[in-house]
Amino acid sequence: MLTEVVMAGFGGQGLMLIGKLLAEASMDEGKEVCWLPSYGPEMRGGTANCTVVVSDNPVASPVINKPRTLVAMNRPSLEKFGPKVRSGGLVLINSSLIDVNTGRDDVTEVLIAANEEAQKIGNDKAANMVILGAYIGIMEVCTLDSVIKWMEHQFEGKQKIIDLNRKALERGFELGKAAEVKV
Amino acid sequence: MARVLMKGNEAIGEAAIRAGCRFFFGYPITPQSEVPEYLAKRFPEVDGHFIQAESEVAASNMIYGAACSGTRVLTTSSSPGISLMSEAISYCAGTEVPVVFVNIVRAGPGLGGILPSQGDYWQATRGMGHGDFRILVLAPNCVQEAADLIMLAFDLADKYTNPVMILGDGIIGQMMEPVEFGEMVDPETLPEKPWALTGAKGREPNILTSLFLDPNVLEALNQRLLAKYRQMEAVEKRWETYNISDNMDLAVYAWGTMSRIGKTAIDELKERGIEIGLFRPITLYPYPYEAAGEVASKAKKLISIELSTGQMIDDVRLAAPGREVNFFGRQGGIVPTPEDVRDEFLKLIES
Amino acid sequence: MIETIFSRPESLREVSTHYCPGCTHGITHRLIAEVLDELGLRERTVGVAPVGCAVLAYNYFNCDFAEAAHGRAPAMATGIKRCRPNLIVFTYQGDGDLASIGTAEIFHAANRGEKFTVIFVNNAIYGMTGGQMAPTTMPNQKATTCPFGRDVETAGYPVRVCEVLSKITTPSYIARVTAAVPKEIPRAKDALRKAFQYQAENRCFSLVEFVSTCPTNWGMNPLKACEWAVSDMMPYYPLGEFKTPDDPLPAGLNLIEGDE
Repeated sequence: MLTEVVMAGFGGQGLMLIGKLLAEASMDEGKEVCWLPSYGPEMRGGTANCTVVVSDNPVASPVINKPRTLVAMNRPSLEKFGPKVRSGGLVLINSSLIDVNTGRDDVTEVLIAANEEAQKIGNDKAANMVILGAYIGIMEVCTLDSVIKWMEHQFEGKQKIIDLNRKALERGFELGKAAEVKV
Repeated sequence: MARVLMKGNEAIGEAAIRAGCRFFFGYPITPQSEVPEYLAKRFPEVDGHFIQAESEVAASNMIYGAACSGTRVLTTSSSPGISLMSEAISYCAGTEVPVVFVNIVRAGPGLGGILPSQGDYWQATRGMGHGDFRILVLAPNCVQEAADLIMLAFDLADKYTNPVMILGDGIIGQMMEPVEFGEMVDPETLPEKPWALTGAKGREPNILTSLFLDPNVLEALNQRLLAKYRQMEAVEKRWETYNISDNMDLAVYAWGTMSRIGKTAIDELKERGIEIGLFRPITLYPYPYEAAGEVASKAKKLISIELSTGQMIDDVRLAAPGREVNFFGRQGGIVPTPEDVRDEFLKLIES
Repeated sequence: MIETIFSRPESLREVSTHYCPGCTHGITHRLIAEVLDELGLRERTVGVAPVGCAVLAYNYFNCDFAEAAHGRAPAMATGIKRCRPNLIVFTYQGDGDLASIGTAEIFHAANRGEKFTVIFVNNAIYGMTGGQMAPTTMPNQKATTCPFGRDVETAGYPVRVCEVLSKITTPSYIARVTAAVPKEIPRAKDALRKAFQYQAENRCFSLVEFVSTCPTNWGMNPLKACEWAVSDMMPYYPLGEFKTPDDPLPAGLNLIEGDE
């Protein structure tokens, strides 16, 4: 098993965090993982992205040019990374903020209205959790329980945020399952 | 202890604590600032002391002083900062005191950029300051190894009373991977350092200096240092090989991050029946010449891949005299993808 | 019965120094040694030698010693003192070392309030390298790198270290003394005693500047050099205490309360 994902969006959308949670949950389940952020000037303002590799074997290159999967939380991210996804791969698009698609017919696209779903739950800041839930619902990289456990660890002592994020993860997971995508 | 997911820079800080280091003197510079930030927060829990110096010049001379007091001590920096520290590194080598420096290399020369590079290989292995000296240079390629080598670095520094440098790059510092730390070393249980400056109570004063105006005395120091370096060369070489076989199409030489990118390319080409082996030095000084040469003898062609214009290639040539050594590298902070490297391997094999 | 009324302090070794005849380094060394003896500090003292005429000071003091890089003695002393706070640490620095190449190190050590003692020997010239201009060389004073005299238009005015460091908010003890005038020597020793006492009490950073002579590079006999120090240096480098740890903090400090 080997999965690479680029998670990309605006700085502040919480992409680094969901990448970290994915890596921690997968590590917890015995997988080898590597999380690599974009850093430096890229962090100021513009887009932020991280690459997460989850594998049964030690991770070779932490640098991934052609990821198997992409989570795009805003349009510039889709435009930047959409063309790089491997043929046969998955592109998860936050349709709340992105009104275009990759224009490719060799990748599977799943639209998730992450901000709207998060808003329905209580706060659209949890859009990142919705999309992470959807991602593991589709890819089954690790279990939802593990992700929730590490999210709770991350926000220890902040019960309101934990409750919101748990609902968002669960809602996203449902949407991911419902998409009935096999990658 | 269970594995935890940590940034390389944070793991370096935690590993230093595990190694019994309770003092850090440093100055912020991207991409290593997470080390001082981590220790500033973590040290109070273990009675450690973090001091932000006014410059890298001061930071490195503070650790020189700390080392003279017989204390395990660390500083970390990145390329331009390391250049400023070269003064103190030379003094530490001349005075023969144990210190650990970490260089999370960024692209240069000059102010350069802040993205990953391996352009300080020559500086670390050949010219880490004025005068006739060597430092041990250890190069991790993952977060776990960064932590392990930090622990080793403190032991080696004490063993040889010599500076030791960990040479990483922005990727090693910034990426998060699972890491498991070794047992906590209690600083109180470390062996005594009878040469240290602790106050001349009941003994003759200790004097720590690198000044020797009598050329015969200085030459004797140079010879003693040389003997130490010969000893390091005899017993401290470390390396890793990957996918070595007797009739390889190509042998790849890479250190640090580049070795992992090389591995991915090697795996991909192996599926196509192309046999490529990897040689990765873990000690850049002393360089494992014999082992590197043995790998060369089993391969039709040789290539060094680096995040520079070609620096380690000098050592590969020394390891494989008479052989043509090819080169592929990117600079400026650009990290080649496994596909770039694979294509380069193919081009070379097919030529 | 014969009573010993004068002897070598235990904190000095029984060796001859390399200092030039008439140089005040010898008296300064002795005063430091007497104070270390009298305060009973020798066995826990570590000195840090500079680059300059006192580069070999470690051969003269009978205590642990380190040799610093040029100007870096305060950084090195910071490392030693922070790691072993029970030690008494002092640096011994000249004007080129402290006020030129080591300006950042001395300023920030003082500003951090490092609990060590600095002995600053100001003789208005580079002695060891052979009489070049120092940051403390007087206006129109000749030196090998200002053969027509220090031109303040291009070299600026001499740096007054005590005046500058005493402006730092962090509490400290800053005093200027001299060993070039016999009647001032007891006062110089008093200042040294205070400086080491403050350190022993872990109270503050301390610096004692010695207005000193350099007969060799000034081209004067020792007596004339002492007279020149009085007539030409002391009006600009006045003796006295510039700051003590009892001085009140300046007004206008809006102290942010720390986290709980």
